[in-house]
Parts: sequence; structure tokens; C-alpha cells
Amino acid sequence: MGFLTYFVLPLAVLIGLAWIGRAGFRSIPGPFGAVFRAMPLTAAFGLAVVSFYILAAVAAPAIAPYGESQIFDEFNLFPGENPDFLLGTDQLGRDLLTRLLYGGRNTIGIAFMTTALAFLIGATFGFIAAVLGGWLDQVVSRTVDVLMAIPQLIFALLLLTIFGQSTINMILVIAVLDSTRVFRLARAVGGNIVVMDYIEAAKLRGEGLGYMIFREILPNAAAPLLAEFGLRFCFVFLLIAALSFLGIGIQPPLADWGTMVRELSIYIGYAEYGDWQAASLPLLPAAAIALLTVAINFTVDWMLDRYSGLKD
Amino acid sequence: MQSGGPLVKIRDLRIEGLAGEAWLPIVKGVDLDLARGEVLGLIGESGAGKSTVGLAAMGFTRDGCRIAGGSIEFDGIDLVAASEEEKRSLLGRRIAYVAQSAAASFNPAHRLIDQHTEGPVLHGVSTQQASQEDAMALYARLRLPEPESIGFRYPHQVSGGQLQRAMTAMAMSCRPDLIVFDEPTTALDVTTQIEVLAAIRDIVEQFGTAAIYITHDLAVVAQMADRIKVLLRGSEVEENDTRAMLADPQKDYTKSLWAVRSFQRPEQPPRSAQPVISIAGVTAGYSAATDVLHDVSFDIYPGQTVAVVGESGSGKSTVARCITGLLPPRQGEIRFNGAPLPASYQNRSKDQLRQVQMIYQMADTALNPKLRIRDIIGRPVQFYRGLRGNELRQRVVELLEQIELEPALYIDRLPSELSGGQKQRIGIARALAADAQFIICDEVTSALDQLVAEGILKLLDRLQNELDLAYMFITHDLATVRAIADEVVVMKDGNVVEAGPKTDMFTPPHHDYTDLLLSSVPEMDPDWLDRLLEERGVDNIGEAARISPT
Repeated sequence: MGFLTYFVLPLAVLIGLAWIGRAGFRSIPGPFGAVFRAMPLTAAFGLAVVSFYILAAVAAPAIAPYGESQIFDEFNLFPGENPDFLLGTDQLGRDLLTRLLYGGRNTIGIAFMTTALAFLIGATFGFIAAVLGGWLDQVVSRTVDVLMAIPQLIFALLLLTIFGQSTINMILVIAVLDSTRVFRLARAVGGNIVVMDYIEAAKLRGEGLGYMIFREILPNAAAPLLAEFGLRFCFVFLLIAALSFLGIGIQPPLADWGTMVRELSIYIGYAEYGDWQAASLPLLPAAAIALLTVAINFTVDWMLDRYSGLKD
Repeated sequence: MQSGGPLVKIRDLRIEGLAGEAWLPIVKGVDLDLARGEVLGLIGESGAGKSTVGLAAMGFTRDGCRIAGGSIEFDGIDLVAASEEEKRSLLGRRIAYVAQSAAASFNPAHRLIDQHTEGPVLHGVSTQQASQEDAMALYARLRLPEPESIGFRYPHQVSGGQLQRAMTAMAMSCRPDLIVFDEPTTALDVTTQIEVLAAIRDIVEQFGTAAIYITHDLAVVAQMADRIKVLLRGSEVEENDTRAMLADPQKDYTKSLWAVRSFQRPEQPPRSAQPVISIAGVTAGYSAATDVLHDVSFDIYPGQTVAVVGESGSGKSTVARCITGLLPPRQGEIRFNGAPLPASYQNRSKDQLRQVQMIYQMADTALNPKLRIRDIIGRPVQFYRGLRGNELRQRVVELLEQIELEPALYIDRLPSELSGGQKQRIGIARALAADAQFIICDEVTSALDQLVAEGILKLLDRLQNELDLAYMFITHDLATVRAIADEVVVMKDGNVVEAGPKTDMFTPPHHDYTDLLLSSVPEMDPDWLDRLLEERGVDNIGEAARISPT
């Protein structure tokens, strides 16, 4: 019953919203409407979910019923036990719906910043390596190879232990580790562009590195990089959730989905006694993570399909 | 198997291609008849639908295309209605195809003879053993060297011309009734083209095979075809016997095709004693071990065009890379107005870089697809002269007017919104924007249709007269040389074989290699190939006739 109320129903509502939204946008004449006319339902679903998450994250303080770490006397309430706490409360007496909203705000915001930083580092080095080549390319590429050879989660754990846990440190460590993958892509894409005659023309004109990267290469590499941004965001998001689950990610009293999964995980044991409603509690934040990941992948697939290939 | 009527009978063929959400017509009602043993030449500009019609004669359409109407009959079999199964049994066995790029059509991982025997064995026409022996006989017939062993090489181990002949042998492997040749010699040098043309014609005649020969080169089709059909934008313009067609074209479009290359620039004597660019004893190479250029020297004077001609691999583009400084020479130097230029472009000053400009062969890769025309042309103006805002816009408008493009219409377009000829004009404007005295034109017309190419040549000539520019014109096309050059430099294997004023170069006596090069250019005379073969002797066509440089 709980499963139906808290998972299947919202999912059906989201799919319905996507369907209606797409139908609405389709009726708009002109090129804006044409984008939606050619859109598959998966992409519409992905876009709807992503917009829903962004809306919830930005408006969390306004729509959350209580404060982020407000503590009430009623702890360990199950969903539906008290109409004041729609999704119940956790072991300290904090409202779960509030925590879920703020958790989304924190996790999505931090993941977005981290991904953006990773792209700034990775793409810059990737394009520089592609344009200049030679020993510089070798040094950077081999360093990246070494970094990529070490399992990411374990390496992140190690670095966070060395530098000390803080949100800033976590952002920096994940951004640097993830920038290796962005570097690889940017260097490969850049490598295909720098052999073009227009790059040779710019070189012979005497253009500097900055003009070359930002005016000649970046506009041509934007589509694959944008698609990669979506996928990278998912991985960063999952990594932060994993670190939080392990206890060295985002720290209390800040709410986040990874920590929520860990804190609620004790309820899984209830499945043994047939109490499915209690046992499915940790699935709430976990499902929130899964849904966003799936939605972003749908969106990115559609964008890749649209912006790659022979059309451009 | 033999029956009366024509081998191929196409009636009111209409083919459409998918463009975005709509089907656009590519071929608009073409009729075609081909008798057994006859060779039909299909000619037209790019986009005329000649390849689409050629493929349709095989019952095949490219991805994203569909047959919208009409009928295609091959020896009484309806190919429009035929199932994939039925077509598969015909293709390779009774209908064969020879593509433009033999290198891309052979599987690089298998030996030539194994690919040759695959068709006959698969179709049950022949056994592996018999087919191998037949392959060797065909190789001998096509005058491939070492016919007994050449088949056991891999595609990368033979030359381009040999590969194209091996492809023709493969098409012959099942003794088909029809072969479709799609621009089989377009990618080859003139001296190699001859031997492939001679081989194709010989074998088609010997086996009485019918052929559809698709090309944009009129002189080539004059040698090959019994009949010529001219296509324009998916419709037939006219069709006639080759001799009648060449002697007396009826339609205006055909006449304009025949008349191209009427443009010829009067030869200009050097106007100044001081060359704008002088290449002095340049030796250069891409790796330390081998030299691509050997002691190359020539001068380019202001207001003059120097055409650098030679086959692929002769080092003509490498000379350009030395002049621009992309490839610093090992020995020798490049002088600009008497003063030596630093070897590498990285050590040249902004002003030295400005003085040497380049126009590229492929306008598609020479223009950044994400920049608007105003930025592509405006950037050199802004970079070298520091103009901004209104002044910059004014200069861009001026440049667009110089290249005969309406500024208001084109200034905000992306390169993808221009035709091939227009893109090449933008490439010219970008070179002009630097106010250079010297421009390198690297095969600027070879990717364009003849009428468009002629427009570009005329534009270049006008700009040269107005702005007193010096051009170095790299090309393998001797017709272009005739049209635009003042001086000619002939290169072979990294050496300058012969150099001098155009009129001297085109009047005998020539250097042996220049002679071979000049006499290999097809002429619009159906008897030209026969005459040439007679002169050189059947065994001395093409590669066998190569003379080593002195």
C-alpha cells in the first residue's frame, strides 16, 4: 500500500505531467513547438522530472513545511501516522518531507557546482593539450592516466581523510578526480577539431591560445561536452551520495539524500517481519536519487541524438 | 537467358530524399534505355542525380531515399517490385558496381584475390580454383603487373590506379551483363587515369558488357561512352550519340557545359624586378630520414600567378607549407620582398604573417561552421588593423561586395547556409581581409563544379588586376593552369622538373615528364584515347610510360 502511494502514484503523475506538458508545447507553432513535436516521451519525462527537481530545489525554503533541522518531540513516526508529518519523522524527530526537499537542494546544488568545476578544469586542460600537443600533452595525459587508474571512490576517501572533511574539500576532490574523464573527452573532441583548415588559418593568422580555444574550438565542441555534462552530473551526484552514505560526504545538520538513506537503512530490517511500509522508508531518498539519474540520462540521450550525427 | 528488348529500361523514374520531415524530389521523371553491350555516359554537375539514377538501374537506392514512382526493368525483371532476395541474386552476378574510391571499397583486411573470388563462389557461378585462375587472366588482360601474384597482395600494397583496375576485374568476375561505373577515375592523377580508362574500355568491349558510366568530366565520357545523357537537377536535358552530342549540342545548358574553360587570362610579364616571394634552395621533409622536397627554387613576382602542377605526392602542397612556415625547411630559405622570413610561423611577426595568406581546397573545413560570415571575415580585419564597431562592419561589407556577394543577405549567415562556390568566395574574402600581397591558392577549384569553378577563377583574376596580387596556384588540373597562370612550375617527386612562362610550357619541345603530363589530359575528342594508345603503344600507357626525372 505504501509502495503504491509513495512510488507508483508520483511516478504515474510525473509521466502524466510529461505527456500533458509535451502536448501543450507541441501546439505552439513555429520552431519552438517543432522541438517538442519531434520529442519522444522518454525525453519529455526526463525534462519534466529535471524541471520538477530544479523547482523543488530552488523553492525548498518556501514549500518545505518546517525548518531544515527543526526537531520535534514525535520521532520515528511512520508515514500517515500523523497528518502534520506527511512522510513521518526520523530518529531525531525531524520532518522527513522537509529533509527530503532540503536534501535535494543541497545534493543537487553541490553536485552541480562540482560538475561545473570538473568541466572547467578538464575542458581547459583537454583543449590546451589538443592545441599544443607535444611534451605538454604527454605529461598531462599520462598524469590523467595515473589518476584514472586508481578507483575513484577509494581515492576520494583517501584524499578526504588526508585533507580533512569539509564541503569545500569534498567539492574540490571530486571535481579534480572527475575532471580526468572530462579531459579525455575534451582532448579527443579537440583533437578532431584542431586538424581542420580553419584552425590552421587561425594559427597562421597569429592567434593566441585563448582565442583558439574559446572562439574556434569551444563552439564546435559544445554539443558533445553538453551531453557529457549531463552524464557526469549523474556520476558526481551518485558519488556524493555514496560518500554521504559512508559518513564523510555532506555533514549534519545539512540534509542530504545519501545520509538519509544511511540513517533510514535500519528500517530495512522490518521487511523480515512483513512490515513493508517501514522497510520501504530508506527507499524514499534512494528513489529520489534513482529517478533524477534516470531522468537526466533520458534527457541527455535525446540531446545527443538531436545534436550529433549528420545534421551538424 | 538472353532475350530481345533492351537490357535496362527505366520509365518516368522519380526518386525522393528525406530532408528533415519532408520528402524532396531528387530525380524527377527520367527515362533510360540501355542495349546489351552499350556504354551510356551519364553526366551532370553535383546534385544532378546522376549517381542516384545509376544506382537505381541496379534496383538500389541510398539510405533516406525512396522510389516514388516509375518503373525499372532489368532484362525483363521488374526491379521496383523485386524482393531483396531476388535483387541479391542479381547483384554481383548479373549487375556489378565500380565505385569512385577503390581504396574504400576493398576490405583492407583481405587479399585482393580472396575478395575477387567471393562473388563467383557465393553465387555458385564458379569454384574457388577456377575463379582464381580467371582472376589472374583478368589481371593480365587489365595489364596489371605480375598478374599471377598481384592478387595475393593486400589492398594497401598496390597503387591507386592498380586498385581501381583490380576493382574492375572484380566487377567482371561473374561476367555480368551490366556494370555501373561511378566516377571511377575522378580521384586519380591524369597519368594514372589513362591506364584505367584504357583498361575499362578494353574489357567492356571484349566481353560485350553493357555499362553506365557516371562522371562529371566531359572529356572522359567522350572516350568511354557510345551515348551521352545530360542531367540537370534530377531531369534529363538531352541525350544523343557521343559524336553527335559533342559536335552539335542542342540545349543551352549543354552548350554552356561544352563552353566552359573558355576563360583565359592574358599572360602578364613580371612588373617588377623584385620578386614578392622567392623560394631559394628549399629542402624539407616531415621526418628526419626522408626529404619530400629537394632543393626547390622559384620566384613569384607581384601581380603574377605562378601555377605549381604535379601529381599527388609530387610535393606541391609541401612547398606551400614551407612558405607559410608550418613546415620549417631543413635547408634554404623563403624571402619576402627580398628579406628572409623566419622558418617557423611561430617566429614570424604579425605583419609577416599578414603578408602570406592562404585559400584552401575544401571550403567546408576551411570555415569554422559555428562562426557567422561577419566574424569569419571580420576577425582578420580586427586582428591586423584593430578596427572595431562600425568601421569593422564597413570593411566587411566592402569585402563582401568585392567577392560579389550581397552583404545584407550574407553577412549574418553561417557557412552551412552557403553553397560550395559561395563558401569558397568567403575563403577568398578572408584572405583579402588581411590586405596581403601574396595569396596561396591550394586546389581552390578542384572540389567545385566546372561552371562554379570558372566563376571563382574569374573572380580571382579580377581581384588580381584590381589589387595587384601575386598568387601561387597549386593544382593538378592543367585546364586551370591554362586559364589562369602566367608562369608554370612542374614538380615531380619533390623536384622542380621544368619552370617557365605559360606559353613556353604549352608549346613543344617539353621536358619528357611535362610532355607525359600534358598529353595525358583527356580532350573532348572521341578519338583522343585511341590516338594516344597508338602513339604510346598499348603496353606503354600510364605507369609503364613514366619517365624518371632528371
